[in-house]
Amino acid sequence: MAELCGIVGIGQTRHQAARKDVSMAGLIREAAERALADAELTWKDIDAVVIGKAPDMFEGVMMPELFLHDAIGGAYKPMLRVHTAGSVGGSTGIVAASLVQAGIHDRVLTVAFEKQSESNAMWALSISLPFSVAVVAGAGGFFAPLVRGYMRRSGAPEDTGIRVALKDRKNALKNPNAHLQIPDIDFDKIASSPMLWDPIRYLETCPSSDGACAMVMAKQALAEKAPRKPAWVHASEMRSEPTMFSGRDAVIPRATLDNAKNLYKKAGIRNPRKEIDCAEIYVPFSWFEPMWMEGMLIAEKNEGWKMTYEGATAMDGDFPVNMSGGVLSSNPIGASGLLRFAEAAMQVRGQAGEHQVDGARKALGHAYGGGSQYFSTWIVGSDKP
Amino acid sequence: MREVAVVAFAQSKSLRRELDRNEVEILIPVIGELREKSGLATGEIDFICSGSSDYLAGQSFAFVSGLDAVGAWPPVSESHVEMDGAWALYEAWVKIQMGYADVAMVYGFGKPSMGDLPETLALQLDPYVLTPLWPDAISIAALQARLCIEKGVTSERQMAEVAARDRKNALGNPYAQVKGEFEIAKLLAEPYLASPLRKHDCSPISDGASAILIASEKRAKQLAKRPAWIRGFTHICEPQDLGVRDLTRSRSTEIAAERAGVRKGKVDVAEIYGPFTHQEILIEKALGLGASTKVNPSGGALAGNPMMAAGLTRIGEAARRIWDGSADRAVAHATSGPCLQQNLVCVLEGN
Repeated sequence: MAELCGIVGIGQTRHQAARKDVSMAGLIREAAERALADAELTWKDIDAVVIGKAPDMFEGVMMPELFLHDAIGGAYKPMLRVHTAGSVGGSTGIVAASLVQAGIHDRVLTVAFEKQSESNAMWALSISLPFSVAVVAGAGGFFAPLVRGYMRRSGAPEDTGIRVALKDRKNALKNPNAHLQIPDIDFDKIASSPMLWDPIRYLETCPSSDGACAMVMAKQALAEKAPRKPAWVHASEMRSEPTMFSGRDAVIPRATLDNAKNLYKKAGIRNPRKEIDCAEIYVPFSWFEPMWMEGMLIAEKNEGWKMTYEGATAMDGDFPVNMSGGVLSSNPIGASGLLRFAEAAMQVRGQAGEHQVDGARKALGHAYGGGSQYFSTWIVGSDKP
Repeated sequence: MREVAVVAFAQSKSLRRELDRNEVEILIPVIGELREKSGLATGEIDFICSGSSDYLAGQSFAFVSGLDAVGAWPPVSESHVEMDGAWALYEAWVKIQMGYADVAMVYGFGKPSMGDLPETLALQLDPYVLTPLWPDAISIAALQARLCIEKGVTSERQMAEVAARDRKNALGNPYAQVKGEFEIAKLLAEPYLASPLRKHDCSPISDGASAILIASEKRAKQLAKRPAWIRGFTHICEPQDLGVRDLTRSRSTEIAAERAGVRKGKVDVAEIYGPFTHQEILIEKALGLGASTKVNPSGGALAGNPMMAAGLTRIGEAARRIWDGSADRAVAHATSGPCLQQNLVCVLEGN
C-alpha cells in the first residue's frame, strides 16, 4: 500500500423514522458537519467526496449524489457514488479509504445515507421485471427461509433470535443516536410481538430509518497530527457471488467465508475471537448475529448461536457485538454499513460514550447485502497496522 | 504512481432497442469476448467493478444480475458504482494503485429503451424544486445550447458539422448505431426538437454494454503487445444547479484536463462523450485540443450512446488506437449529469 489511512473524523445523525425537518441534502450535511467538527477541519480541507446509498428508488431520485454533493462541499472536486446493495455503506468506506491508501488524495470525506421516508422500501424492493420471479415480500420474506435453514442445520434453540434482539435493544438505550429506544424492553415483549416472516418476529426486525453517517479519512502524516486519536485502517475486504444457482449455500455463503479468511490474513489476525476486541456486524434480522459469527469464522460451524446464548456477544461478554444497538435499532439502509464501520472506529478511538467497550484496540466493521451475497468488512485499530 | 495500462476491450453493438435480450444477456458475450481476447479466466482477475443505473432498468439492485454474466464463482472481489463504467474503471485503477490488485475487469451496461430516457433523466434533477417541473433531458440541453449560441461559443452550423463529422467517422465502426454521410444544408433544414437542437444534435438512445481489462505494469506487458498506459486519470464534479455555473464552458473538464496533464504532449486522438453536439464542442475547447487531434474516430456518443457504458467505451476506443499504433497519445473523456455536470479525463500513451 502506498499510504496508511487514518480515520480522523466521525459524525452521524440521530436516526429516526422520518426526518421531516431536513431535505436529503440537509441530512447528509448534518452528518458531514459533525465529522468535520470531530476532525477540526473545514470543507476546504477535503480533496474528494465519496457518497454511498442503497437503491435510488428508496428516495425516488436517479443518482441523487449529483444534486447532493454540493451540500457537502463537493463542488469542483472528484465525487464517486458507490452502490453495492445492503453492503453499500461498507463498500463506500472502503472506496474512500482506497483513495487515501493509493496516495491519490490526502483527505477524503465519505457520507452514506438513506432517507427512507421519501419513498417506500418495501415497494422499491418488490418491483419485478417481466419474466423474472416476483418475491413481493421485501427483505424479510427473502431472508426468513435462510434463518429456517440455519435453525435446522445448527439445532439452535428457538429463542436465540429473541436473545439477540433483547441484547441489541438494550444496547441501543446506551446510544443517543439509535432510532429505536424501547426502555421497557424484555424477553416476553419480543417473544409476544407479531410474527412477520416466520420465524422472524416484529421486534426481531430492523426499522426503516432516515439517517446518515460520515467519516473523514486522512493519510498518515495528516492523521498523526489530527486533534483526536485516529483509528487506523488495518485491512479491508469485499466478496460477491451470484444470487442463486444450483448447490449454492445461501445460509453461510462461500463469499462470507472467503471474505473473512482474506480479511484476517491481510490484518495479520490468526484467532479473530481472541484478537478482535469487539465487532459491529450487519444484523437486520436477529438471527443473522449467530449466522455471521460463523460466517466471519469467529465461531465454529453450527455453534454461532452458543455465543449469543452464553452472553459472549453482550457488552460484558468476551466478544461484544453491536454495542450501538446495530441495524436492529437503526436502519438508514445505505448508511447502515458505514455506521457499522464508523462505530467500530469509534470503539478503537474510545469515543463511543456509554456503549464504549473498555480498552477496545481492534474492532471489526461488517456489512452484507443482496441475497446474502455481497460482503464488505474492515478491521480498524488504535495502533498503526 | 504505479504504471497501469488498458489491455483489452469489448463492446456490444449500440441498438435502439434490444428486443430479445435483457441486460445480462447483452453483457454475457461482451465479457466472453474480453476473456477470449485476454486469455484470462475470472479467477485470474483480482478485482471487478461495474457501472449501471437502477432507474434505467426500472428495478432496484439491477446490477446484481450482472454477477451472472461475470460468472462470479468462486466469489469475486467486486464493487459497483451508480455511474458510467468510466468511473468504475477509475475505482479499479485506484485498487491497482493501492496494491490491492494487479488485474482488474470493468464493465458498464444500460438498457434505456425500457423507459422514456429524456423523461427518466428528469429524475436526476433536484427532486424538491426541479423534477416536479419534469424538464426532459433534451430541453435542459437546449437551454445550454441556446446560451452557447448567444454567447458566440458555437453556432447551429458548427453543431451540424460535428454531427456530420462524427457520423461519417462512424462508417468505420461496426458497433455504431447512427452513421452515414450527411449534407450540412439538409441537416439545417430539419425541424427543431427543442430549439436550437435538432435531431442530429442529439445522441441516439442506445442499449448496450462494454468491458475493459486493465493491469499493472508486469501483467500488462504479458497481456498486450502495446499496452495503452494510463498516464493521467482524474474526474471533477460541478454543482448541479444550472443557475450557479457557467454553462457555456466546461469548467470541470478544464480542471480535470489540467490535472491529467492533457497538454503535456501532442494528442493524436480524442474520444469525447458529448451527448449533444454543442457539448462535444464545449469539451473539445475545455480539453484544449488543436487541429492535429483526430476527434471521435469511432463516431463518439452521437453515433451510439449506451447509457452507463458510453463513457467506458470512449476509453476503450482510445486505447484501441494506441494498440494498433495509429496513435501514440490519446485522450478519453466521459460525462454524467445534466449539462456536462461531471467529467472524467483519461490520458493514454503507447510509450
